Amino acid sequence: MSLRIVVCVKYVPDATGDRRFSDDLTVDREDVDGLLSELDEYAVEQALRIAEGAGDAEVTVLTVGPEDARDALRKALSMGADRAVHVEDESVHGSDVMGTSLVVARAVEKAGFDLVVAGMASTDGGGGVVPALLAERLGVAQVTLLSEVSVEGGVVRGRRDGDVASEWLEASLPAVVSVTDQSGEARYPSFKGIMAAKKKPVVSWDLDDLGVEAGEVGLGGAFTRVVSVAERPARTVGTVVTDEGEGGRQVAEFLAGRKFI
Amino acid sequence: MAEVLVFVDHVDGVVRKPTLELLTLARRVGEPVAVALGAGAGATAGVLGEHGAVRVLVDEAPEYGEFLVVPKVDALRAACEAVSPVAVLVVSSAEGKEVAARLALRTGSGLLTDVVDVEAGEGGVVVTQSVFAASFTTRSRVVRGGAVVTVKPNSASVEPVAAAGEVVALEVSFSQGASGTRVTGREARESTGRPELTEAAIVVSGGRGVNGAENFALIEALADSLGAAVGASRAAVDAGWYPHSAQVGQTGKSVSPQLYIASGISGAIQHRAGMQTSKTIVAINKDAEAPIFDLVDYGVVGDLFQVVPQLTDEIKARKG
Ligand SMILES: Cc1cc2nc3c(=O)[nH]c(=O)nc-3n(C[C@H](O)[C@H](O)[C@H](O)COP(=O)(O)OP(=O)(O)OC[C@H]3O[C@@H](n4cnc5c(N)ncnc54)[C@H](O)[C@@H]3O)c2cc1C
Ligand SMILES: Nc1ncnc2c1ncn2[C@@H]1O[C@H](COP(=O)(O)O)[C@@H](O)[C@H]1O
Repeated sequence: MSLRIVVCVKYVPDATGDRRFSDDLTVDREDVDGLLSELDEYAVEQALRIAEGAGDAEVTVLTVGPEDARDALRKALSMGADRAVHVEDESVHGSDVMGTSLVVARAVEKAGFDLVVAGMASTDGGGGVVPALLAERLGVAQVTLLSEVSVEGGVVRGRRDGDVASEWLEASLPAVVSVTDQSGEARYPSFKGIMAAKKKPVVSWDLDDLGVEAGEVGLGGAFTRVVSVAERPARTVGTVVTDEGEGGRQVAEFLAGRKFI
Repeated sequence: MAEVLVFVDHVDGVVRKPTLELLTLARRVGEPVAVALGAGAGATAGVLGEHGAVRVLVDEAPEYGEFLVVPKVDALRAACEAVSPVAVLVVSSAEGKEVAARLALRTGSGLLTDVVDVEAGEGGVVVTQSVFAASFTTRSRVVRGGAVVTVKPNSASVEPVAAAGEVVALEVSFSQGASGTRVTGREARESTGRPELTEAAIVVSGGRGVNGAENFALIEALADSLGAAVGASRAAVDAGWYPHSAQVGQTGKSVSPQLYIASGISGAIQHRAGMQTSKTIVAINKDAEAPIFDLVDYGVVGDLFQVVPQLTDEIKARKG
């Protein structure tokens, strides 16, 4: 039977642009340039490699996000994914991680999966917890933060480089995997891929399609609330000197003044 | 008085410093009760008691080492049922965040990650977070259910306060999913003999400008003269000059030391995301336009191959 892989990707504000908050203290996703989170490109890449290795496999990319999030799906389709699911619903706006993970989990279930592949974290400040929450919600194994991953005979294996040790992990499918930016460079979409992507199916679902109540998500359903946002005061500009042979000693003098030496 | 659970991060019974910082923060909200799991857990009680833990709930079952994440969630769930805490504090490591998230989901609590400060508020804890590469500071609170909070290392000082630190066995029955992901091998990271990157008071980092693995000896010598940890930019790591475990930034370690010295690092947004909250920042870069200079307290526009060795020699001379 065909291996069904669902890759979860997020559409995020461009980190090199001007990121900001809206009046309701949620991340402004409307008036800023966005793109497929770079860290999710690694997820798409590993999903494609696993699919290529399996032979008989289907790769679905899935995103929960605003209208423009379609751009992220297009990019993943042009890299080689087979089909896409876009969950778009006004009520999702302002969800916290519990709400987001609920919607993603329901959509993954509806799409049908043997393997879910996610990125290590969203580049717009995600905590890297959605994959663990998906595993909890779907009731399947969590094999996360892998710098190396393989799937063979219904078993997923991988290496997780932790704080104090590297661990080798193993779990039977179905499972949720997340991969790091050490897992292997993501491919660039080819011209052929970009053309082919235009013909690939993109289905749209809203909360009704997923059987999720509006009150379970969004600002109203959130467990946490931002109560204030302040722009961090710019660091007071320090001293910058040009080295004319004494630069090292000048730094030492500065460090001594601050009692570091 | 209300109790606060603190999840202990330890290696074979040796408590890591960020956990002691959690105890400082926990005391602002209630009485700290620690939860220590796995091999050596019982041995943590002494030091935890010296830092304010009234009790230490201990379970040394082998499952915590044999399977990923879920057994720890099961145990914290059991601890929450035993204690009914006002908040659960966990260190914001990769694993800490995953454990915290699943616990929050199971207990119907709000989750707040990568927190840098915790205070007691009227309707529960109020936390401070630093977002968008530390360009904004937000304050948040939980509006529904309990609070599970992960706190970044170096967010509070370690304060010795004597408390009972009484060891209590924690009864845990593992869930069906606990054995879902087996740990089939483990290789401990080699000790560098230097302070742990995320805990260090001083971090000395090198980037693409260091131009070769062998030249990292210069960065290490400077670090050693200050008793510092060594960091690297992703460019230096990707080039294979320094191990990934030393990477500072968005996809590496997040550090917040008293002093950060960057040499041959341009200061890309993704690097800044991991070091911008350092108290004092020094940079050495031959390009006066490098964005890192926007952050510095002291900067030298110059060749690191001249400046760094001179700095190292001067520090050694001054220290005698
Ligand atoms: C999703 C994502 C995640 C990322 N995560 C991280 C991360 O975690 N950490 C990270 O660091 N980067 C990360 N990056 C990469 C980041 O964008 C930059 O590419 C990287 O930080 C650049 O490293 P660098 O400053 O060492 O190199 P460069 O930007 O090439 O800068 C090298 C600097 O060295 C200076 N220099 C050269 N020779 C000398 C000399 N002899 N003396 C003095 N100065 C000299 C140059 O003037 C230059 O400013 C990430 C990128 C993406 C897209
Ligand atoms: N809105 C979303 N839609 C689809 N996938 C998501 C979404 N948010 C997060 N994810 C997935 O979860 C991973 C970790 O996200 P986070 O926990 O937000 O850091 C991302 O790399 C994605 O794979």
